[in-house]
Amino acid sequence: MKIDLYERVWMWGVGVMLALFFGSLANASIRHGFHPPSHVETIDPKKVFQNPLFSRQGVTVDAGGAVHVSVVGMMFAWLPGEMVLPAETPVTFHMTTVDVIHGFQIVRTNGQSMVIPGYVSQFTTSFKPGDYLIACNEYCGVGHHTMASKLKVVPKGSWQQPGALTSTAGVADAAR
Amino acid sequence: MPRANRLILAHIWVAVLAFGVAAAMAVMQALSRANLEVPYRSARMYYMSVTAHGVLMALVFTTFFIMALGYAVAQRENGEIRWLRFGWIMYGIAVTGTVMAAWAILTFRASVLYTFYPPLQAHPAFYIGLTLVVVASWGWCASIIASWRESRRRRGESPVSLAMHGTTANAMLWLLATIGVASEMLFQLIPWSLGWVKTVDPLLARTLFWFFGHPLVYFWLLPAYVIWYALVPREAGGKLFSEPLARVTFSLFLILSTPVGFHHQYQDPGIPAAWKLFHTFNTMAISFPSLVTAFTVVASLEVAGRLRGGKGLFGWIRALPWGNPVVSSVLFAGLLFMVGGFGGAINAAYVLNSVVHNTAWIPAHFHLTVGSAAALTFMGACYYLVPRIAGRELELGLLAKVQPFLWFLGMVLFSFTGHIAGLMGLPRRVFATDYAGAPQAEMWHTLTSVSALGGIVLFASAGCFVVVMIATLLTGKRTAVVPIEWAEPLSPPAGGFRKGIWDRLELWFVVAVVLVILAYAVPVYDLMHLTRYGSPGFKPF
Ligand SMILES: [Cu+2]
Repeated sequence: MKIDLYERVWMWGVGVMLALFFGSLANASIRHGFHPPSHVETIDPKKVFQNPLFSRQGVTVDAGGAVHVSVVGMMFAWLPGEMVLPAETPVTFHMTTVDVIHGFQIVRTNGQSMVIPGYVSQFTTSFKPGDYLIACNEYCGVGHHTMASKLKVVPKGSWQQPGALTSTAGVADAAR
Repeated sequence: MPRANRLILAHIWVAVLAFGVAAAMAVMQALSRANLEVPYRSARMYYMSVTAHGVLMALVFTTFFIMALGYAVAQRENGEIRWLRFGWIMYGIAVTGTVMAAWAILTFRASVLYTFYPPLQAHPAFYIGLTLVVVASWGWCASIIASWRESRRRRGESPVSLAMHGTTANAMLWLLATIGVASEMLFQLIPWSLGWVKTVDPLLARTLFWFFGHPLVYFWLLPAYVIWYALVPREAGGKLFSEPLARVTFSLFLILSTPVGFHHQYQDPGIPAAWKLFHTFNTMAISFPSLVTAFTVVASLEVAGRLRGGKGLFGWIRALPWGNPVVSSVLFAGLLFMVGGFGGAINAAYVLNSVVHNTAWIPAHFHLTVGSAAALTFMGACYYLVPRIAGRELELGLLAKVQPFLWFLGMVLFSFTGHIAGLMGLPRRVFATDYAGAPQAEMWHTLTSVSALGGIVLFASAGCFVVVMIATLLTGKRTAVVPIEWAEPLSPPAGGFRKGIWDRLELWFVVAVVLVILAYAVPVYDLMHLTRYGSPGFKPF
């Protein structure tokens, strides 16, 4: 097959460009561990509030000092409705839903994940101080655009480690 | 008029009417997202209209137009369409399915959007109707493949026309891709919506949907590429720069379009990261034929511009026939697609996706690809095809001339602001963007207002197209039926081209199946062997 010289130059150029694209992505993920949220774990969506991870929603600190957040999505709210986190600290979010698919998105950060009934989503990220809006970015019904909650990120020094868990068990009971 | 032309025009009618209804739905959405109070504005109405817009534009308008174009290509190739009566039966099934789905949507029984992710549950008529459209499209694929085989037999050592080659590659790609959505419909959604099974697994459904959903993009684009390669160079007054390479690109699309679906599921739980990265690699590979197409099409246009007397580095661009809507629509489609393509590379980037996933960036992106590269090209092609097939002169030519310019302007306003709003975190598919007065939502306001203005301009453009088409089909002055004329290659070898390995689409179909098995067998097997809990249906609309 006869291919014009200009075409051949272009094809090589394109090939090299795509190889660089993929190479930099693979480098970021394999060497530096950047991945989209890909946690594999299932959960019975009818028994979310009986699960120890989700019976109380909000911020906890584990025995090793790492900060965790448990979030439950439902039509049309994220539980908890408000939370406070320390800045420049890795925070691991655990999310699931009791009804349809939702999308957990902390606006203007890279913190987001699909939240699918029957599955537990998880990602880890850290924040700069400020007030953040958490929205739902997957259509979940007629109140989709009202599904939101608030995140306040404060400087590490002024953050108070939650003594008891930030309990919203009352809301959860009502929703059960 | 040849008998086949009636079948082609019947498809065009459905495409044009679906397009008109869908465009009317869209203008209301754009205004709603700018938080403007318009009559009948309500969340329920909004989500219904998003569903109607998506289904009628992305599934009905495109599929009916693509079937019409495919039949026109086959007719040109062999002077007839194989199995004409069978074609009419398939058309009847597709129209029945469209009416069923449209009824369910417009009566608020199916506000599940065009991605219909369970456990949102629509009326069974929605799922059954869309399945009928897909089944009818399989009949179309069979007819196209039969025409391709006949042409191969007739032509002996020379290959089939480039348009036939591209159309057949697309039909084969569609047969492979629709396995995903057909399994989702037949084994999950239809029995579940009828109450025969209680629950379905939403992640498996998403995986089957996106098995289909990305090659769907190429099912839209390949007919546009057929028009860019085979029709436009001649219409612009030039020649096709390189025919053999064009054949290679169509075969590459057939091979690579399907094993990439996880790049729509980067943010999903339940799918291990390594498999997502594998699909990322395939996604980068599928950019290759698109970028080669960009070169060949631009080179062909440059040939046309210089033959028309264009001089200098950029003078040939001005020399192109911008007043011919067949050409100008493709020029604008191509310009918008360049921007859309770079946006697509960002979506596909495994890591960057976390910043844009499910934000306004995404609809802004695919309005440049399917909404411009494909839809605007299809409109331009209609100005060429419909008069020839109907044997009528194009009516209201001035509106047809203006229409591509309006579309370009509207898309720039709508889509560029949408990309920026997406980077600022505005979620897609939301009825209102004020988030109860949250301060973080204020920055979106100007952008959604400009976007709404774009929506109005786009609606004006869509109106021009629909009016021109209906006027031409009903009242255009009768002329002779003129055959389609394909572009000639720039420097064909003496004695013409010979069949080569890239013409063997049946071989590349097998390669495509193998790649699909490599990309999907293990992750789907693993998914099926998790301890899974199904979901009952929800109807919050
Ligand atoms: Cu939601």
